Amino acid sequence: MHIDPSLVEWSRAQFALTALYHWLFVPLTLGLTFIVAIMETIYVKTGNEWWKKTTRFWMGLLAINFAIGLATGIIMEFEFGTNWSNYSWIVGDIFGAPLAIEGLMAFFMESTFFAVMFFGWDKVSKRMHLLSTWLVAIGSNLSALWILVANGWMQHPVGMRFNPDTARNEMVDFWAVLFNPNAYSKFLHTISGGYVLASLFVISISAWYLLRKRNIQFAKRSIMVAASFGLIVSLFNVTTGDDSARHVAQDQPMKLAAMEGLYQGKSGAEIVTFGILNPSKKVGDKQEPFLVKVAIPDGLSLLSYHRVDAYVPGIRELVYGSKEHGIPSVAEKMKRGKEAVAALTAYKAAKKAGDTAKMEAAKKRFEANSTYLGYGYLKTPLQAVPSVPITFYAFHTMVGLGTWFVLLFIVILYFTMTNTLERHRKWLWAALFSLPLGYVAQESGWITAEVGRQPWAIQDMLPVGMATSNIVTSPVMITFWLFAILFTALLIAEVKIMTTQIKLGPVELKEDSHV
Amino acid sequence: MFNSMSYLHLQEYWWFLIGVLAGLFVFMTFVQGGQTLLWTLGKSEEKRDLIVNALGRKWELTFTSLVMFGGALFASFPLFYATSFGGAYYVWMAILFCFIIQAVAYEYRKKPGNVFGERTYEVFLFINGSLGIILVGAALGTLFTGGNFVVNDMHLSHWTKATYGLEALLSFFNVAFGFMLFFLARLLAALYFLNAIDDEEIARRARIVLRYESWIFLLLFLYVAGSILTMKGYAYDPKTFAVHVEALKFWHNLLAMPAVAVTLGVGVVLLLWGLALGIFTQSDKGIWPAGIGTVLTVLALFLLLGYNHTAYYPSLADPQSSLTIQNSSGSRYTLVAMSWVSLLVPVVLGYIVLVWRSMNRTKITVEEVESDHHHY
Ligand code: HDD
Ligand code: HEM
Ligand code: HEM
Repeated sequence: MHIDPSLVEWSRAQFALTALYHWLFVPLTLGLTFIVAIMETIYVKTGNEWWKKTTRFWMGLLAINFAIGLATGIIMEFEFGTNWSNYSWIVGDIFGAPLAIEGLMAFFMESTFFAVMFFGWDKVSKRMHLLSTWLVAIGSNLSALWILVANGWMQHPVGMRFNPDTARNEMVDFWAVLFNPNAYSKFLHTISGGYVLASLFVISISAWYLLRKRNIQFAKRSIMVAASFGLIVSLFNVTTGDDSARHVAQDQPMKLAAMEGLYQGKSGAEIVTFGILNPSKKVGDKQEPFLVKVAIPDGLSLLSYHRVDAYVPGIRELVYGSKEHGIPSVAEKMKRGKEAVAALTAYKAAKKAGDTAKMEAAKKRFEANSTYLGYGYLKTPLQAVPSVPITFYAFHTMVGLGTWFVLLFIVILYFTMTNTLERHRKWLWAALFSLPLGYVAQESGWITAEVGRQPWAIQDMLPVGMATSNIVTSPVMITFWLFAILFTALLIAEVKIMTTQIKLGPVELKEDSHV
Repeated sequence: MFNSMSYLHLQEYWWFLIGVLAGLFVFMTFVQGGQTLLWTLGKSEEKRDLIVNALGRKWELTFTSLVMFGGALFASFPLFYATSFGGAYYVWMAILFCFIIQAVAYEYRKKPGNVFGERTYEVFLFINGSLGIILVGAALGTLFTGGNFVVNDMHLSHWTKATYGLEALLSFFNVAFGFMLFFLARLLAALYFLNAIDDEEIARRARIVLRYESWIFLLLFLYVAGSILTMKGYAYDPKTFAVHVEALKFWHNLLAMPAVAVTLGVGVVLLLWGLALGIFTQSDKGIWPAGIGTVLTVLALFLLLGYNHTAYYPSLADPQSSLTIQNSSGSRYTLVAMSWVSLLVPVVLGYIVLVWRSMNRTKITVEEVESDHHHY
């Protein structure tokens, strides 16, 4: 089957666009639901109306964000069918399950209790209301769990087997899919990233009030909750990020090499904390990969394998192979993959002809090579290398910002505890401007994860070129632009509504603000 | 329990669940119907706010039902997911756009600084309720009339018409199906408002809608039901899986499956009863029989479509490519695993019912909406 390369490009662009938009809203929901649940708990525990109003203010902002999260989410689910229909059939047997479970276990919980949380203040008891708020928080985080089980499976496929009769992968171990270790490190890292963002959100808005010298009491108390929460979760975020990197090292060595700009593998590989890549560097040539770099010796080996002298393969070894380290070259894998593809075709033909002996032979040949099936669809070995600059810069941006947020939370929390926050206006400004940085870190994280996975839709199994729908390019182009326009328009409306609400402020709290 | 079921029984079980989900979704489209009644019933801004708020408590459930319908299809009949969504691309995308704009409309409509103005969001709601539902109906209609796709040896599919699904709108049956759902949604909405809103004027107008539009709906329903029972269908041989055209296939299915016939009969009677309660009595409870009747009727239609060796998604381009519950499902292993998961369905339905009851214990009034600063 011939697939037009421009179709693949447009489909990827459309998925990237919609996913990046969806991800502008989801992390805030993941974290803010918890922060409002904590605030409401304080209200129910103390009976202090002030906390109720504070809760309702942040809940109002949450609702604005939530609505557009739903708008951008529905399309993502259906895009697997509309734009990646071969993918949906080839791996749908495994991949569809977590998505369906997500709907059943998480989305219904979220949307049912969201209505209570939002409209139920006078309709249900205080405790029932609090419970609903917590269930929204739990529901949104459960949805993250299931979607990351799905995504973790794409990064590290487990629990399945290729069935030559149906020509697709079938699930053989549900528990393996469910407890995929890759998915768990991703899940913990992703939700903690969401909590970091939500903390930044609360701190940044509160900092703005303090800079404007209004809603002082409200802002300080909100900062107190958010900075404490933020410090804990940002430390957790860094830890789980490290854990994610270790999984990448194990399951996707090529992605790791791209993240670090590591062309030449070594034992005791250094980690680059800051660097500018040499734009003319090609795989296999003798040029230096970096124009400028600051690096920690042995750092990468230590982080990836917990041993200073561990060998970390570079892009060159991963492409051209290394006898010494037992790494086969991509060309070899492609050869085996093509064997598998040919065997599969032979198997189908023999089956049609009803020739059982030939079928058996073809099946044997297929099974001997089936681990490399995906490589059979690559055209050149260099296709196996993702974009190094995008992956490298995205990863380093995320890590740099992650470190900065830890520092920021420590400082803000310290000033809050010592009640000197208003005097440190520079730090208030820093807090204010860290909110957009939070979004940058979020998007960078996904770009690292997804661009670094290229050319695979399913790691080593299914290249993106095989995964698209069999349609012509123009419908995808049209919908790409429609999404770009519609989502941008909705984003503008969202930001405007949000800022208007923030400027209005927690109106009912005004009289309390000079308490 | 599920581990010992045959593959075919598992496929039937999942088709049953898909039918239930479809039924619940169609019932929940009263939200969309209500959106199209915004100006018909709400003659002042106050009243329109009241209507939007009555629907605003429920729209996410409808939305999530649609998402769930997609997710369940993906997990249990992935070949349908791939073939139909990837092929009838324009139709599904158009449907999705209609739902994207709905999702922000409730929350943003009244908010200061909403950039596009209240009217735009009301138009979004109207488009979602009209075009969105008509397209969903037309897409469901193609399950009876078929699509232009070919599935190859590797089970990969492609569409044979450059209109990518839009050609479905040329079929009178599909369009009638769409309009039937559109009017059904409006009728259910009218019944829902009688039940959920405490306002005499809105109630009076809702009953007028019921009185007139019930007839339009019934005409369309008779046409659609009559067409289905007299149309040809695509049957397949349970041994060779070869597909052939059979005259009066759905009529034969009805006779072959008395339980489905009874479900259909009960469903239709309940639906009519619900409508009659709204038209001929002062009762505000019509939504319940009508709602349950809708679920049963849609379920029965799905069972007619997929059971008894029938292709539930015929291919017009290549009949042998037609999808059946047997050739398009997930593996046996996946269906078993997902069947265990499906035991959660009653739990989810249970808490939805409980929450619904506690939120709708008292009817919504203008005063309540005005006094709640979180209102839509
Ligand atoms: C506020 C957001 C945020 C912050 C501060 C960080 N991350 Fe992150 N990171 C994410 C938000 C994120 C994310 C958006 O949630 C990603 C995308 C995919 C995923 O699993 O999480 C991610 C992915 C991601 C990956 C790729 C996982 C994969 O490819 O499967 C690695 C290796 C790290 N992160 C490592 C780190 C480290 C070492 C950090 C240390 C400071 C860090 N991240 C801070
Ligand atoms: C919401 C957060 C996410 C973001 C921001 C994101 C981002 C991206 C980006 C940038 C691409 C394009 C990569 C390229 O073509 O170079 C992509 C592709 C893709 N992503 Fe994600 N992704 C997200 C979550 C997910 C999840 C959770 C899944 C699976 C459950 C997923 C599945 C895919 C698929 C199927 C593609 C298309 C094929 C491919 O290019 O690999 N994404 N995503
Ligand atoms: C490609 C992958 C993704 C798909 C198919 C997807 C699908 C969806 C859908 C259909 C909705 C609307 C749900 C409803 O009707 O209630 C939604 C919302 C949501 N999604 Fe995603 N999503 C994806 C990526 C992610 C990721 C990576 C996360 C979290 C880690 C996530 C978390 C959420 C949450 C929390 C919501 C609730 C609404 C909101 O947050 O504003 N999604 N998503």
